[in-house]
Amino acid sequence: MGEILKGTKDEWEVVIGLEVHAQVLAGSKLFSGATAEFGAEPNSQVSFVDAAMPGMLPVLNEESVRQAVRTGLAVNAIINLRSVFARKNYFYPDLPQGYQISQYELPIVGEGAVEIDLPDGGGKTIGIERLHLEQDAGKSLHDLHPTKSYIDLNRSGVTLMEIVSKPDMSSADEAVAYIAKLRSILRYIGACDGNMQNGSMRADVNVSVRNPGDKLGTRCEIKNVNSLRFVRQAINFEARRQIEILENGDIIDQETRLYDPDRDETRLMRSKEDAHDYRYFPDPDLLPLDLEQSYVDELKADLPELPDIRKKRFVADYGLSVYDASVLVAERDTGDYFDSVAKNRDPKQVANWITGELFGHLKKNDLTLKEAPVSAKKLGELIDLITNNTISGRTAKEVFEKMWRTGSDANEIVESEGLKQITDAGAIEIIVDKIIAENPKNADEVRGGNSKAIGWFVGQVMQATAGKANPKAVNELLRNKLKD
Amino acid sequence: MILTDLTIAEARNMLNAGDISSVELTEAHIRAMEATSSLNLFITETCEKALSKAKESDTQRLSGNQGKLEGIPIGVKDLFCTHGVMASAASKILTGFTPCYESTVTKNLWDAGAVMLGKTNMDEFAMGSSNETSYYGPVTNPWQRANEPKVKLVPGGSSGGSAAAVAARTVMGALGTDTGGSIRQPASFCGVVGMKPTYGRCSRWGMIAFASSLDQAGPLTRTVRDSAIMLEEMAGYDAKDSTCVDIGVPEYEASLEKDVKGVRVGVPKEYFLEGMPEEIRSIWDQGITWFKEAGAEVVDVSLPHTKYALPTYYIVAPAEASSNLARYDGVRYGIRIEGKDLQEMYENTRAEGFGREVRRRIMIGTYVLSAGYYDAYYLKAQKVRTKIAADFRNSWKTVDLLLTPTAPSAAFVQGEKMNDPIAMYLNDIFTVPASMAGLPAISVPAGLSSDGLPLGLQLIAKPFDEELLFRGAGILELAANFKEKPTLAA
Repeated sequence: MGEILKGTKDEWEVVIGLEVHAQVLAGSKLFSGATAEFGAEPNSQVSFVDAAMPGMLPVLNEESVRQAVRTGLAVNAIINLRSVFARKNYFYPDLPQGYQISQYELPIVGEGAVEIDLPDGGGKTIGIERLHLEQDAGKSLHDLHPTKSYIDLNRSGVTLMEIVSKPDMSSADEAVAYIAKLRSILRYIGACDGNMQNGSMRADVNVSVRNPGDKLGTRCEIKNVNSLRFVRQAINFEARRQIEILENGDIIDQETRLYDPDRDETRLMRSKEDAHDYRYFPDPDLLPLDLEQSYVDELKADLPELPDIRKKRFVADYGLSVYDASVLVAERDTGDYFDSVAKNRDPKQVANWITGELFGHLKKNDLTLKEAPVSAKKLGELIDLITNNTISGRTAKEVFEKMWRTGSDANEIVESEGLKQITDAGAIEIIVDKIIAENPKNADEVRGGNSKAIGWFVGQVMQATAGKANPKAVNELLRNKLKD
Repeated sequence: MILTDLTIAEARNMLNAGDISSVELTEAHIRAMEATSSLNLFITETCEKALSKAKESDTQRLSGNQGKLEGIPIGVKDLFCTHGVMASAASKILTGFTPCYESTVTKNLWDAGAVMLGKTNMDEFAMGSSNETSYYGPVTNPWQRANEPKVKLVPGGSSGGSAAAVAARTVMGALGTDTGGSIRQPASFCGVVGMKPTYGRCSRWGMIAFASSLDQAGPLTRTVRDSAIMLEEMAGYDAKDSTCVDIGVPEYEASLEKDVKGVRVGVPKEYFLEGMPEEIRSIWDQGITWFKEAGAEVVDVSLPHTKYALPTYYIVAPAEASSNLARYDGVRYGIRIEGKDLQEMYENTRAEGFGREVRRRIMIGTYVLSAGYYDAYYLKAQKVRTKIAADFRNSWKTVDLLLTPTAPSAAFVQGEKMNDPIAMYLNDIFTVPASMAGLPAISVPAGLSSDGLPLGLQLIAKPFDEELLFRGAGILELAANFKEKPTLAA
């Protein structure tokens, strides 16, 4: 059950469907050999096909097809063994052909489903309507000259997958969770880098509202939203806008809108009357795409372990909480890292180290896991030193800090800095005895029943041993000696 | 000996024997181009390039590494992109467009040693059956009516410049393109051999698109043998065209040595039209007799959906064209006519850049693809198209070739049909069905009309059976013994 919004008169439900455009990591563009990297000099990655020079013809990039099929399989969808590329006709300067090659009636991937994880710990299944391949357009730059527009065709023809959900989401939280899950899946299988900032993932958000239980209301489509935060804000604004209109007794016009993050509002882009007639028809330059079932089967067998399955495994095999498991599987690298450290170690302890120290350091230094100076192997060795009582947990944090800065092994640091914990009970006892003798007043307090005061003694012993005494041993000794 | 009267095969043999040089041959054709300049055969002449290529060819020949068309001067329809030479598609909108790439088919010809004399005139974007829609003006047919020699006749279209140039002896052969009859109909009007290969036999890469599912390059020549020689060099698989078929190219010229004894030639009854000129009927009958005399078995067949081919074609081809021509928007190449905003720039550029016939077809095509009309027009046309193809497939159970007239009339007078698009479209009535089915077809000059104009007969073959097509065409050519020369030839 989604959230209920209260208007001034009524209660409302929001219905959300998403069209996510994901740029496919395919080496080259969908129908040309030009590369598709982000951030190159304008118009430096443009083939004759991308510029729609006369007589040029599209040739399908096989890697794009492979990635689309893998993505379809990863969202548990039907793979259509026959799909057809169609032309979507409209005029715009950054669309050189005057049409976008897309898929219309027969997309490469049909219905599927994605499980999302909600902030309250719950989950929900979001249906996938279809996934199709299409060309991206170029980029128009209107702010470089007072009267002219500039066109950059680097992006023209780049492979996009459009992943269309069913209108199964009923809150901004769900929409954000859905995109996050899709992004996670895409990154797991390497079909898209999921970088929303660079535009390699963006969403068209369809929003409508209705009284609970009513049939679907008229929807508005918010185009090209490029961050999770903006998706959330756009939905919330748009739902409120529609509720206000309906509560005033007016009706919603089906229209295309734009989200303006500076003003936190959606604005009319074009109304239904101005909607293009795209005149879709099968592209006569391309044959229907026919796939063999065996090809699909091979790709399926070759998929990596996906986040949902991995999460279940982490809960079942490692005994992690669902929350910890979700956090650890969100990125494939993190899951791999955890798997490698947790082997033959205490999984809970490993999870805490990863989500605590490791994530903290990554965030502070704005690094990715791949760039982290502390590898899985090194973190494992550090945890081993705690487990075999060579160092205390507190010392381990200092050692981790030094490992991060210097890249050295835990063992090296512990050796060279003499951080080995004192586990010899005799050695600790001498120190304990000395401190008790020097502080009879405090000792009496503990003996008198103030058990909290024992903490002061622990602190003194740790200080005297520069933190190297085993805290457990110190506690035990103190309790024995200060018994009344 | 008149060098411009030589066929490609004859010239090749003389070049190989050292009797003539490519430079001599090329110079003779350049003089012929000058002598026939009033026919407006070329949009761009490349005489200097031709001479330097001819010199190279002569040197190449000395090394013994000559190509199969080494030193043979030809014309290229201005629909092909040619590196460093303007490609206009006979449209104002592509004024000044000089490609920096070479179409696959022309590259194949240059690799075989051919010499380009120039880019031939054509109907704008290959839309037309009379070569009168060209922005560069109409082409005049070198043939004249015996009784009205002053009347200027059309060469047919859209490859009108190519067909007329071959007939006028200004080129030894020419490259054309055929979408619904654009090689075969002008070949019939100009008394030359015009051949459309199976769809997918030649690469479309670098050929300016009209209707992608129909466009196919083909040769225009004076003999069937020359046609076979040219196609052999043009054809072949090209990974840059997804609709090009990966199938070996046979030695077409060698296939001419075989006869047609026992070959079954079908005569489709639906091609007998009410009100068809008597001389078209009689030349067709003549063709039937020739095949019988050559030992072929003539069979009556029925292709029941034939009458739907033309209306279907005039839905499918404009639909594809309306989309293919969207790229001519004034943004990247060709002309741009500024306007107060983007929309007006588009409107000004396309209104000024495209001629009437092109605009008409863009509007038809846009209409038939529009929401609410798509099912009734485009989708239905596609369904009919599959039925037309099925008719042909059925006929191949009983016949190996089909024999029909190429066009419903001889060449007509310039201006006669320009204000009657339907009358103009009817020119393609016999050629369009094979186009819709993607089949190879050839037009061979078979005789003269009562007023002294050439008439062609069309043969249609199974997909990729160009060998048998050439063999059948060879029989027609031999029997017709067509030796007449147009009055305005060089």
